[in-house]
Amino acid sequence: MFEPASYESNLLARASLDQCVKCTICETQCPVLAVTPLFSGPKFVGPQAERYRHGLVVDHSLDYCSSCGTCTLVCPQGVKIAELNSVARAAMKKGHTPLRDQIISRTSFMGKAMKPVAPLANAVLHNSAARWAMEKTLGIHRKAAMPTAHSHSFSDWWKKHTPPSAPTRGKVVYFHGCAGEFFEVETSIMTVEVLEHLGFEVITPTQGCCGLPMQSNGLFDAARKHVRTLADQLGVEPDAPIVASASSCVTMLKHEAHDIMGVDDESLIKVGSRIREVSEFLLDLADHDDLPLDFSPIEMTAPYHAPCQLKGQGMGRPAVELLKLIPGLTVVDAEATCCGIAGTYGVKKEKYDIGQAVGRPLFDKVREINPDFAICDTETCRWQIATATGATVVHPIWFLHKAYGLG
Amino acid sequence: MKKLVTDVVVIGGGTTGIGVLRDCAMRGHRTILLDRADLAQGTSGRFHGLLNSGGRYVVSDPESARECASENAIVSRIQPNAVERTGGLFVVTPADDPAFGDKFLAGAALADMPVQEIDPAQALAREPRLNHGIKRAFLVEDGTVDGWQIAWSATASAKQYGGQALPYHKVTQVHHSNGQVTGVAATDLKTGEEVMIDCSFVLNCAGPWAGQITRMAGLPPVAVVPGRGIMIAMNHRLVNTVINRCIPPSDGDIIVPAHTVCIIGTTDHKVDDPDHLVVPREEVQQMFDSGEELIPGFRQARALHAWAGARPLIKDDRVAATDTRHMSRGMAVIDHSQRDDLKGLITIGGGKLTTYRLMAEHIVDAMEEQLGQSHPCRTGDEVCPGNEPGHNYLVTHRLKDREADRMTSPIICECELMNRSMLVDLLKQNPLDNFDDLRRQLRVGMGPCQGGFCSSRVAGVACEEGVIDATRSTGLLKLFLEHRWIGLWPILHDAQVRQAALDEWILHGTLDIGHVPSPTSVERDPVDDAPIDETGPTTMEELPPGARAPQPATTTRRRTRAPRSQAANTPKETK
Repeated sequence: MFEPASYESNLLARASLDQCVKCTICETQCPVLAVTPLFSGPKFVGPQAERYRHGLVVDHSLDYCSSCGTCTLVCPQGVKIAELNSVARAAMKKGHTPLRDQIISRTSFMGKAMKPVAPLANAVLHNSAARWAMEKTLGIHRKAAMPTAHSHSFSDWWKKHTPPSAPTRGKVVYFHGCAGEFFEVETSIMTVEVLEHLGFEVITPTQGCCGLPMQSNGLFDAARKHVRTLADQLGVEPDAPIVASASSCVTMLKHEAHDIMGVDDESLIKVGSRIREVSEFLLDLADHDDLPLDFSPIEMTAPYHAPCQLKGQGMGRPAVELLKLIPGLTVVDAEATCCGIAGTYGVKKEKYDIGQAVGRPLFDKVREINPDFAICDTETCRWQIATATGATVVHPIWFLHKAYGLG
Repeated sequence: MKKLVTDVVVIGGGTTGIGVLRDCAMRGHRTILLDRADLAQGTSGRFHGLLNSGGRYVVSDPESARECASENAIVSRIQPNAVERTGGLFVVTPADDPAFGDKFLAGAALADMPVQEIDPAQALAREPRLNHGIKRAFLVEDGTVDGWQIAWSATASAKQYGGQALPYHKVTQVHHSNGQVTGVAATDLKTGEEVMIDCSFVLNCAGPWAGQITRMAGLPPVAVVPGRGIMIAMNHRLVNTVINRCIPPSDGDIIVPAHTVCIIGTTDHKVDDPDHLVVPREEVQQMFDSGEELIPGFRQARALHAWAGARPLIKDDRVAATDTRHMSRGMAVIDHSQRDDLKGLITIGGGKLTTYRLMAEHIVDAMEEQLGQSHPCRTGDEVCPGNEPGHNYLVTHRLKDREADRMTSPIICECELMNRSMLVDLLKQNPLDNFDDLRRQLRVGMGPCQGGFCSSRVAGVACEEGVIDATRSTGLLKLFLEHRWIGLWPILHDAQVRQAALDEWILHGTLDIGHVPSPTSVERDPVDDAPIDETGPTTMEELPPGARAPQPATTTRRRTRAPRSQAANTPKETK
């Protein structure tokens, strides 16, 4: 049960469900419902089931919701379906979140723990006996995509880094996220190099986790704490744009912390309204004729997958528009709903098969368009697509970095 | 003609009559109950669902309050499945006089009613949507109760003792000779058969219709003053505690969280004919305004359905006949052997659903007194069948049930979570049921879409299972939708208009319900067929163009709902 008068009890008292007209559009688009009968579907567990909850959540199958947010995105009546589900899940799990969910929702903890022993950690993550043991003890599926540990973090690089030339434009605050700090170090470095190439003065404050994985695992208290701390950290330059290469974490700052967990702090509102996903930021420059277009051609056709969390920002597909500017490059939007990882959903033993089935249309598209190379903005989705297809999957910044002749 | 013989005939299948049936049967009298409609289809199914703590009456009518306080506990114990122990709050809003709270506390002490004054902050912590300006708050033992569940489980108990309930049997005459009741004549409305029941006693529990029954016995009618009150069900529970305004009884002074909805009530207007209860739009607005006082933003919440019920108040000379709210809600037992020199007829009136068991006890005591007998009443001691002692209803129950069987039986009514096996089981058990009969048992069609999605599925399943043929099934479907419309029209605005528009597109545009086969005459329901309003349209099609959502231009549309002139002049259906 919730603390009375908490945001959860208010939201569980659920303003938006009144708008549901049962049209079922959400259920036709839900990627989980399409592949398994174990999930009752977003309309069922959202606006319908919510009428039967008064702080107590009895329908445990709602945990089959992957929180991808497709339902909220497609609802023509404005019902916050995914948000209702997330809040109900948090209520259900409060006080008894499994150890696994506590661990996998702390990306920076995992990164920090693996960094000093990166080769060993990678060996363990690719050892079938070790993975079998992880599945048995923790419930992490033996075949699930895992990040690659690095001996050097982004911060290690940043400390030694000096900008190539004096800035010619203003300041930008860079938000790399925990995965960008420990696992996707190259993406972070490339983003900084592109921004500096464009003449920005890049500032990277010390920064922690946005709390998204905790939120999606129902650990609201911890998630709120993290997102508040992060908002303070990113607020260092009150007037500078905040640019991020971690597209899902941007969603957390832009609206999920407010819509799902009721965080209304002014620091969050200020950061959330100023933060831009890097493709969104660069496309905005291009739209104002402020982006140098001296790109070297890249002869390639590659599939692009828009992560669910990015779609939830309601800004279209800026990466697709941006990459069109590079000569020779053909980017094909895979137009798939979800890759099936949904943050940490697809690594869980009981949900792995569902996640794989959800991702299958995307995997097939990738194999069809370019089996070796694909593009996606979010780390966990990249790991999922790479593991399932064997393709190299990169952040869109990879192409800009290359086209500007930076690497 | 069918002939039956019994000791006692109870007329009126509301909760009072059913309580009397149970009490008579438990005391060893052979008893048959008759109602012209379904059980609890009248006043017992048209209230707000409050299981009264007595709080509403502590100042104006302490004796009623005392009865409520004790019967509340008894009903919770003997029919736990029908009762949700929500608790209740009496709150003093910024517009109200805080001094009434002192009278409230004093009255509660006199009536032995449990009450606890709490800090307004505590009340807000419990119900965050409450008006944040409340000045005082009192916690009482209000609960919510399902009138139909009360009726059925009490009937099941009566059956165990040999009692018999005959719904859809309309009484046509009460026979007597030499100052003694001898029998009752009735018509079985489902089959058309005449039924003659020999008996020596008739207990008139017809509530607002009690006067019509005494007239059938050739006596001057008992002066009943039906007090019409409207209720509006909102789409979901804005509160989980019964919220009362701590003021003298007035319009719109209560919000009751009942099942998946919350219900605001009510008004009180004297009417002449309990079969003609309208839901005037000014009273609907009045309810929304009152809701705003208790829960700011109430007007923005979605209204689902409105209905009106008739209070069965017996005329009391102590107050003016037009001021029914201030009339004693205590019960009145009229022994016609004293009033009209007719033995074997007793009429009961007044009271509240919460005290139905006690009313039954009083009337059966009065009957036994006339008969010179004295059997102890045991209705308060025994838990009714189908109830799990000590386990009250929770709003989560149906969701929990569907969670358990979600892989085996598909959902038919999505709003009220009725699955196919629930429907098929009941259809096979009661093949003569119309869809409103099914609704009262299963809640099908009572949620946000008001039957727009599920009713055609019900018709299809009924055919597929071979219980009802296609023609009758589609006829019943149309009738059901007409009845839903009666309660929709008065509150149609905002989200519910969008729902109604979508429902119409599905039913007309896709299913072409105007052209499906239907019988030349569907058996009309004696109670459910009601005019909408003096001014209301009978279907969405008749709304003025500006009031309607745009519709696909290509669909052919025909009116399917009965014109008002065909509809019988009877009251509105509930939630």
